[in-house]
Amino acid sequence: MSNLSVDHLLGIKYLNKSDIDLIFKTADNFKKIINQPIKKVPSLRDITIANLFFEDSTRTKLSFELAEKRLSADVINFSSASSSVKKGETLLDTANNILAMKVDIIVLRHPNPGASVFLSRNVNAKIVNAGDGTHEHPTQALLDAYSIREKYGDVSGNKIVIIGDILHSRVALSNIYCLQKLGAEVKVCGPSSLMPKHLDSLGVTHFSDLKKALQWCDVANVLRIQLERQDVNYFPSLREYAMVYGIDKTILKSLDKEITIMHPGPINRGVELSSDVADSKHAIILDQVENGVAIRMAVLYLIAGRIKNN
Amino acid sequence: MIKERQILNQQDIKITIERLCQQLIERHNDFNNTVIIGVQPRGTFLSNRIIAKLTQLLKTPNIESGNLDISFYRDDLRRREEPIVPQVMDMNLSLEGKNVVLIDDVLFTGRSVRSAIDALMAFGRPKSVELLILLDRRFSRDLPIQPNYVGRTIDALETEKVIVEWKEINGKDRVLMIKSE
Repeated sequence: MSNLSVDHLLGIKYLNKSDIDLIFKTADNFKKIINQPIKKVPSLRDITIANLFFEDSTRTKLSFELAEKRLSADVINFSSASSSVKKGETLLDTANNILAMKVDIIVLRHPNPGASVFLSRNVNAKIVNAGDGTHEHPTQALLDAYSIREKYGDVSGNKIVIIGDILHSRVALSNIYCLQKLGAEVKVCGPSSLMPKHLDSLGVTHFSDLKKALQWCDVANVLRIQLERQDVNYFPSLREYAMVYGIDKTILKSLDKEITIMHPGPINRGVELSSDVADSKHAIILDQVENGVAIRMAVLYLIAGRIKNN
Repeated sequence: MIKERQILNQQDIKITIERLCQQLIERHNDFNNTVIIGVQPRGTFLSNRIIAKLTQLLKTPNIESGNLDISFYRDDLRRREEPIVPQVMDMNLSLEGKNVVLIDDVLFTGRSVRSAIDALMAFGRPKSVELLILLDRRFSRDLPIQPNYVGRTIDALETEKVIVEWKEINGKDRVLMIKSE
């Protein structure tokens, strides 16, 4: 197996296990490359990539841009804050205008779920989803699973709990798909008001008690409370959330085992994670960031391999 | 119909490797500033043999070496049906100021060697780069690349395949020319 089964990376839902394994195997090589004295390879020197970010992003955008540059692709950046979107242009028009400049791959971040699927059906370019609303964030899930694989040797057989705002989190949904496809056991934890109604159909159960969840798991993937996506109040206050679901050294010490802490960033220190936990040896948060570049290089390399040369 | 013809047997390969090692020693003496690099995947079998033989001949156990993966440096990424799956890059060394001997099994169009030279440069600026090849398919080059050390020169048509089999994966060492009619 040396080819992806898909033309675009729209979500983990559309990948099979061998796709994920191939991405990981390719990322292993790129991780070596980005630790070489010269961190750049000429693989995509004839490819142009447009980063279309209709929503704020710091690390995902930087990570994609670095991955693209290390593959020698030509990169153009677009963010909606400083563009004609503000003047009323539609997503399709924006994309087609950019494609008229001969772009091969679009990396899309958009506030609406399904935006990348829509674009993949309507424009002639490969699409990589960098987060579409509350739907999916596939490269984040891949780098999370890759970091677990790096730490434990394999994803399969591990118990992972995702803690926080599952309802509004594309990271949670992509993580659940990805980890389950790789054979891990996944559960979620957080206030009931932040749990989606369709949890059962995902084959995931819910802990409302943080301590029980941490006691059960090998890895805790802690999510940020996304106040910007919450249209009503789902819990009384951030302070109360931190008291009930915030992870600090005290609760970690009370467990009878060591667990690994992950966080996709940005961290709200003192809310979901205390500073002493975020900076401790339990946390592999910065490894996740490094792996993010390798994973995105692998994804772009494999997707570019599906562009037919004419 | 497929016609198969053996060009080199196990003994021929052994003698050829010995001669190549003597030629290397003639130029590189004790190998104190020389690095041997096998090109992944198939050049590494030959480079391992050469390192083993040199170690035996020179009685110096520490010849610096590495295995180079050239996948990301190739020029045919999107000209194939499937993307190239990378091999292991095993280059825990610096090539700065070193004399590099690049080793591969067959030299055909010269495109792999071009990629390999490109890939080498990521590990520092070598003093020199030489090319050692078991089989040189002369008259079939796309690029102006010539080997410094040649095991055997062969003339083969573009439609013919030259396959080097190694004991480690195929059970025995031999070189075959395969012609399909």
